[in-house]
Amino acid sequence: MSYISFLSEHGSRFIDGALITGVQFFCSLALAAVIAHVFGLVMLSSNTVVKSFAIAYVEFFRGTSLLVQLFWLFYVLPLFGITLNNFLTGFLAVGLNLGAYGAELVRGAILSVPRGQWEASYALSLSPAKRMRRIIIPQAIATMLPAWGNLAIELLKSTALVGLIAVPDLMFQARELNNSTYLSTWTFGTALIIYYVSARFLITPCMRRLEKIMARRMGRA
Amino acid sequence: MEDLTSYPLELTGPDIPMVRFLNVRKSYGELIVLDNLNLDISPNEMVTIIGPSGSGKTTVLRMLMTLETIGGGVIYVDGKPLTHMPKNGALVPADARYLRKARSSIGMCFQHFNLFPHMTALQNCMEGPVQVLGLSGREARERAEELLMMVGMIDKKDQHPSRLSGGQQQRVAIARALAMRPKVMLFDEVTSALDPEVIGEVTNVIRDLTTRHSLTMLMVTHQMGFARDISDRVCFFFGGKIEEQDSPDELFSNPKSKRTQQFLSAVKAAD
Ligand SMILES: Nc1ncnc2c1ncn2[C@@H]1O[C@H](COP(=O)(O)OP(=O)(O)OP(=O)(O)O)[C@@H](O)[C@H]1O
Ligand SMILES: [Mg+2]
Repeated sequence: MSYISFLSEHGSRFIDGALITGVQFFCSLALAAVIAHVFGLVMLSSNTVVKSFAIAYVEFFRGTSLLVQLFWLFYVLPLFGITLNNFLTGFLAVGLNLGAYGAELVRGAILSVPRGQWEASYALSLSPAKRMRRIIIPQAIATMLPAWGNLAIELLKSTALVGLIAVPDLMFQARELNNSTYLSTWTFGTALIIYYVSARFLITPCMRRLEKIMARRMGRA
Repeated sequence: MEDLTSYPLELTGPDIPMVRFLNVRKSYGELIVLDNLNLDISPNEMVTIIGPSGSGKTTVLRMLMTLETIGGGVIYVDGKPLTHMPKNGALVPADARYLRKARSSIGMCFQHFNLFPHMTALQNCMEGPVQVLGLSGREARERAEELLMMVGMIDKKDQHPSRLSGGQQQRVAIARALAMRPKVMLFDEVTSALDPEVIGEVTNVIRDLTTRHSLTMLMVTHQMGFARDISDRVCFFFGGKIEEQDSPDELFSNPKSKRTQQFLSAVKAAD
């Protein structure tokens, strides 16, 4: 059997899998972005209670393996009476995990906004919320965007784990196909290529574009 | 804690100063930066602070902008306490809300401009009026354009700060502060970060402001000629205290204190 006929026979499974991976990617990215901003801001707050909670969260999710977190959500939560479906569990685990890394990025980027910017917005009597939203965060986003590009690629690769809890993503389909055809080189090779192409030719160019847009908004086109 | 009962809840009488520092103190740990400062600035007066590095000049402005907490004493602006608020008939340290309202009558220009890099010159000048004063976009734009015209920056109004020279950025920063219609304007070495050839465009704007009424100004500068030209009064600071203050002509041509004489001759020698 040639690779062409392999693809024409099984290509649709790769496509199905890639679509699921894509949806997992976007859902977990959205979750990670929200979590990163909330926890990144809370880590900077002066309220020690919420601050300690945020720091504990980030420490925990960065300090333990994503695979263990995924299994924990999937196998342990039901013991406490909380049952989530596979798909939801998949992107929750990935989003919660990468969100913890993102929170550090957000925190660092906010701290990197020069003190003069804080003082100028203070001198204009902007309220703390408006100062954050209109002056500090837009500048922090421009600073942290390149790092988010790396994080997004990391996140795409992490979604491969959700196949282990039977979410029919790209990796899951590749493994199933391998079990039935034993064509390991072709099945996993195709999966590798799809992951690489998505990262290199979809995510990276998108992030570059975003960086350009931000640079233009900062007047540095 | 300091006993504040001897401080009036507000200033009364015929000649209320626009700004009054009353026994103001500030220290960082062991270091005393302001030592019982008493200074009145009349409405529409232009007061310049000069003095050696570390004498507390910037600290005076930053305390008036409420960027620094006060270590003792009270600052009044337009007769009302700025750093404190009345509560049950006595003054207590102001909370964040009181401070935000109180400091809106004060505008400040910084040595390094601190324009918002993600906004154009016009947007920089509209931000405060729209977000803080609640002006409509149209009103804020009109006000901002008028001020940008005044500082000679109207043709660059749609440029981001990164496309402007230092002198141009500082002029936009002055317009941004004025757009809040402050009663008091503070200038902290606004020409120190500028190339010599563009200093004039900024000092000319400040000079224009002195002829406009209803603006009280407090300026820190190292440019003695400029200070002498435009000030109503010059204060020489030394070690967190006013060593000597007088009209510019008197202070520059006939300094009384030994330290003032030394400082002025050192500055002259450096020029
Ligand atoms: N945040 C701070 N922490 C500790 N010390 C400070 C702080 N800010 C200022 N100081 C000290 O307070 C003193 C007065 O500082 P200030 O900036 O008011 O001086 P200045 O007269 O403006 O000097 P320059 O001409 O160099 O600008 C200096 O000795 C300075 O080191
Ligand atoms: Mg200074």
